[in-house]
Amino acid sequence: MQDAEKERQRRQRMRSVAIAWILAALVVLFFIVTIVRLGGSVAVRPL
Amino acid sequence: MADVAYSARVGTVEAATGGDVADYFALLKPRVMFLVVFTALVGLVAAPGSMHPVLAIASLICIAAGAGASGALNMWYDADIDAAMARTAARPVPRGLVSPEEARSFGTVLAIGSVLCLGLMANWLAAALLAFTIAFYIFVYTMWLKRTTPQNIVIGGAAGAFPPMIGWAAAGGGISLDSVVLFLIIFVWTPPHFWALALLRTRDYAKAGIPMLPVVAGPDATRLQILIYSLILAPLGMVPAIIGLGGTLYMIVASILGSLFVVMAFDCYSERQGEAADRAAKNLFAYSVLYLFLLFAVLLVEQGFGIDGSTLPSLWAL
Repeated sequence: MQDAEKERQRRQRMRSVAIAWILAALVVLFFIVTIVRLGGSVAVRPL
Repeated sequence: MADVAYSARVGTVEAATGGDVADYFALLKPRVMFLVVFTALVGLVAAPGSMHPVLAIASLICIAAGAGASGALNMWYDADIDAAMARTAARPVPRGLVSPEEARSFGTVLAIGSVLCLGLMANWLAAALLAFTIAFYIFVYTMWLKRTTPQNIVIGGAAGAFPPMIGWAAAGGGISLDSVVLFLIIFVWTPPHFWALALLRTRDYAKAGIPMLPVVAGPDATRLQILIYSLILAPLGMVPAIIGLGGTLYMIVASILGSLFVVMAFDCYSERQGEAADRAAKNLFAYSVLYLFLLFAVLLVEQGFGIDGSTLPSLWAL
């Protein structure tokens, strides 16, 4: 029974880690897509 | 419906530990997802105009997620029949590793997320097509047709045929004759592909109460239908070359592959007894996957690398 509980916790932890990685990847993807959609000249503006 | 199958398995040690990441990945039907992404990629590359590579990759991720969402929602709703069939009994929901509610939530979140992201990253026409595809697969095919008519995979096959149209629309090509032709090729390819499998799994489908054509009309009628669809598919596969979407290389490959498809369908039609019949159906099923893959791969090579029949002599001279 204890083994099953340990295994359940291990799988829960793995799922949480996977969700964290996916969210991080989405943040990076959205950042890159935003830069691409804005275009290269977005940083060129008068101060 | 799904609850019945799930509750039948709850209580096992596996169910008590819950699913791991691989089980959730399995909910996405990765092999189907690969074919969806591949055909969408071809639509995206073949469409007129150009798309930034980052946006193209992001769009393909969205389309893959949408296909995965369809798979997860299908496994939620079909858990009862999945549990009754040997081919699908090891899926995460019938095994009790993922609850039907989790599969439904997972699929719903993915579906909404993929559609919204595709709209933001590509355009809203592509997003609308993706939303329609997911809805068609779940509401029309899974919930309605699959359990009620032997024409289930004929009409429901439209869901699997949309990805190249979505890719085409994502690249800014809108909806055109070219993308509709790509849709039609997969639409007509689907019945012989699935019926070849159904011939091998007739008892399984009958046990699960699914009215697949071999169960309802018998294997001989199914073999005839397979042959008829193959005779339509072979010339249809050449249409891209006629309308200018494919080049000479595509025409050559489509002619050879289409002829082979008809030969194998005829073999499946004429071999009706024992191991020879099973082997013919198995060969046709395996070949049908190869056929679609190669047909679209040639389009990808022609459109993506600018290689067609006219450039072949110079390549051979190298």
